[in-house]
Amino acid sequence: MASPLDLAGRVVDVVRQVAGPGAEAEVGTEYAELALTRFANSFIHQNMADALTTIRLRLHLDGRTATGSSTVVSADGVRDLVERTVAAVRHCPPDPGWPGLTPPTAVAEGGNWDEETAAAGPEQRAERVREFVETAGGLEAAGYCRTGQRHGAFANTAGHSVTGRSTEAAMDGIARCGGADGVARLGSFRLADLFGNVLGARASVKARAGVAPVELPPGRYEVVLEPTAVADLLQNLATYGFNGKAYNEQRSFAVPGEQQFDRSVTLVDDALARPVLPFDAEGARRAPVRLVEHGVTRTVAHDRRTAAEAGTSSTGHAVPGGAAVGPVPLHLGLAPTTAPSGATRPGEISGPAEVSGPVVDADAAALVAQLRRGLLVTDLWYTRVLDPRSLVVTGLTRNGVWLVEDGEVTTAVQNFRFTQSYPQALAPGAVLGIGRHPVVQSHTFSNAWWSAPPLRLASWNFTGGASG
Amino acid sequence: MAEFDVATAAVQAALDAGAGYADARVMHRRYESMAARNGEIESVSQDESAGIGVRALVGSGWGFYAVPDLSESAARVAGERAARIAAASGRLAGPGSTLLPVPASSGSWSSPCAVDPLSVPLSDKGDLLVRATGTSREHGADLAEGLYQIWDTRKWFVSSQGHRIDQHIRESGAGISATVLGDGETQRRSYPSHRGQYGTQGWELVDSLDLTAHAARIAEEARELVTAPLCPAGETTLILGGEQMALQIHESVGHAIELDRILGWEAAFAGTSWLDLDQLGGLRYGSELMNVTIDPTIPGALGSFGFDDEGTPAAKRDAVREGRWVGTLAGRDSAAVAGLDHAGSVRADGWARLPMVRMTNVGLEPGPHTLDEIIAATDDGVLMDTNRSWSIDDKRLNFQFGCEIGWEVRNGRRGRMLRNPTYTGIGPQFWRSMDMLSSETVAWGTPNCGKGQPGQIGHTGHPAAPARFRNVRVGVRG
Repeated sequence: MASPLDLAGRVVDVVRQVAGPGAEAEVGTEYAELALTRFANSFIHQNMADALTTIRLRLHLDGRTATGSSTVVSADGVRDLVERTVAAVRHCPPDPGWPGLTPPTAVAEGGNWDEETAAAGPEQRAERVREFVETAGGLEAAGYCRTGQRHGAFANTAGHSVTGRSTEAAMDGIARCGGADGVARLGSFRLADLFGNVLGARASVKARAGVAPVELPPGRYEVVLEPTAVADLLQNLATYGFNGKAYNEQRSFAVPGEQQFDRSVTLVDDALARPVLPFDAEGARRAPVRLVEHGVTRTVAHDRRTAAEAGTSSTGHAVPGGAAVGPVPLHLGLAPTTAPSGATRPGEISGPAEVSGPVVDADAAALVAQLRRGLLVTDLWYTRVLDPRSLVVTGLTRNGVWLVEDGEVTTAVQNFRFTQSYPQALAPGAVLGIGRHPVVQSHTFSNAWWSAPPLRLASWNFTGGASG
Repeated sequence: MAEFDVATAAVQAALDAGAGYADARVMHRRYESMAARNGEIESVSQDESAGIGVRALVGSGWGFYAVPDLSESAARVAGERAARIAAASGRLAGPGSTLLPVPASSGSWSSPCAVDPLSVPLSDKGDLLVRATGTSREHGADLAEGLYQIWDTRKWFVSSQGHRIDQHIRESGAGISATVLGDGETQRRSYPSHRGQYGTQGWELVDSLDLTAHAARIAEEARELVTAPLCPAGETTLILGGEQMALQIHESVGHAIELDRILGWEAAFAGTSWLDLDQLGGLRYGSELMNVTIDPTIPGALGSFGFDDEGTPAAKRDAVREGRWVGTLAGRDSAAVAGLDHAGSVRADGWARLPMVRMTNVGLEPGPHTLDEIIAATDDGVLMDTNRSWSIDDKRLNFQFGCEIGWEVRNGRRGRMLRNPTYTGIGPQFWRSMDMLSSETVAWGTPNCGKGQPGQIGHTGHPAAPARFRNVRVGVRG
């Protein structure tokens, strides 16, 4: 099997043959082995793996642009991809916004890689699932354990090429008790960082503490959001706020140079610290980008096209299909109060011996202890944007909400619906505390990895309860 | 055919490796999309994907493996790998898995297609989007966008129980939207719905939409919305347009009646359901006007097929009859676990994903009224249409929807326009309050239904018509 870099070079060669020397082309190739073992009702019910090679081609010819992709990597398949993309580009209207290709640039090759994770099979994933289920202590358990490896390459007709590889692993599970669910979630580039017994124990403690919830009236409450909930804030801020296309179209709240957030808020997108390849879909090197510094919005994420429109440079955030969705900072992290002591450690989701009760870890417990009266929120669910510019979002709490009085968790609370502007929730004066240890989390098989510590906010607008 | 040979080799390899049951799907899909913005083409993409996915059952454990290589040797390896994964599932095995017995089907099926959508010149398609978005821009849109999408899918299915099926499904659709920047917020109007209209049809579906004819109107409405009064907050009579009704059905009925959710198989992610199997046949889901069918046989609707991805032939059945819950969306394994006698609603998002319970066409049968009659019969209420946001809890009970546009309804007449209309409720309470239903049914297509881990995008259809609901909370804001 050809390496991704060889394959990318082969596609570039075919482009030159078919389209001539005047064509500008960029080719991304990826070979990925991804596997996911899923469990529900405390047994493995879905268990899958795939091995997939993908070619992505973007072609600019005679002032026009078209893209194509294929999983067919034979010589005929490559030629077919190139020929139909060339045919498509000839029918396209002019593309005056074509930003040109990434010039030859030094990009540190490599990526976060772990041999053990790359070699993990269904037996290793099943073992972690078994640990999760057993330590759930007889509670019904559900979730997944996944592993993956990616080998990627990029080449363009300007002579730029780069290659890299990465591994990834994640566990996400709930335990269920009397109608209450508790969750534990963690991601890493090393499967060895994931302990099914720690995660299962944490989920079960939360579930047991969530039994017999009371219904509280809707309204504004002070809250501590655990890392699982904070990840949702990061996802929506990244997608709608720090997206260069949304910014250029004035659909984003972001105003660089303005104090839009509390001084304690620093948001950094750092792909190099996540289980992803070290270059973006345009072959640009990835580097940490400080989007918000001490509450001041500094920039938004750009690919070459949005950067050209905005009169700036790419920040290395091009994504496949980016013309439609725009560049999104998919590795956004909320900087902890003090620098963490190192990479993400499994102990950041503490076992029940370290923290009693439903609070996820000692970090969140420290914020809960400061709460005179408010709510501890584990997770946010099904969040949807009512208006992208104000970033008013509606959604629900999930996997455990508790009333906190005088720094102590007093009772489980039924889930709420909320309708809340995310930038307003983080506005100057609204952030009362940020944890010390971020937890890395990811959606299944996506390239988005959020790094979130717990967060204490002065107000969260709960607009409905369980009964409507 | 070679594809059947490849699938057969994969199934045999899984059996040889210890599987008691195996099936394989060879798929080849071409996808084409084009997007336009403000009278210019923004992107054109043509994608191709081909491969085989093999499912194996060893003891009571399932395994699935997929590769893009369509050689018989690669297929055999895929079959062996699927069996190995299934054996690993046995390390934490559940109760014995069985499959609902169904006759082994053989056959071919193609969706109706008058105009092959991939044969229409790109220049013609581009002209359409340029013209429509250009018109919107000229009539006041700050951001005029248009999009079409085409999927051309061929698949070959073989099972160890004797299934041998091939299908050719072509799906097409398009839509336009106009966004106007207001004071700290945006207003948007779309046509024909918030993501466009889609179906298992050829380019004739896109032609029938006549996008350009609606381009000016949506721009003017979006601009008018910027200065329109806010939708008032409170409890009132709510009239929903047909497009919003389609999403209301999708979220609060379609997902709720998925048997895998009811059985807890999606508990950790998509969620469960407020429905309990003990209530099947007796539970009052909604008012007597509520008749919901599961019907993958509707010609041209987006959720239509000849056979599902387990080889079960398409068949119409009731989900809700005169307000009572009577049916589920099921697969062969979930039906066997639940002791039900029907399957036929299992599909996968491509060859590299595991087939799972998915909506087909889940929709309301027509009612006795028209939208004009509903408005005329309403003294005080709000009419809302075209979805803008949607959110519902993990049991499919507590929902909140936002629409692009609303209107006051006073004394039987449609009044002034309202901006940022939202409504919220609890599923069964809401459906029981439906007291008028239109006969003006459209089979709306939803091409973006997310479910499963790893995530899968499903294509579903929803016959829906305008309807009226009593005592609904509207005007929820942040």
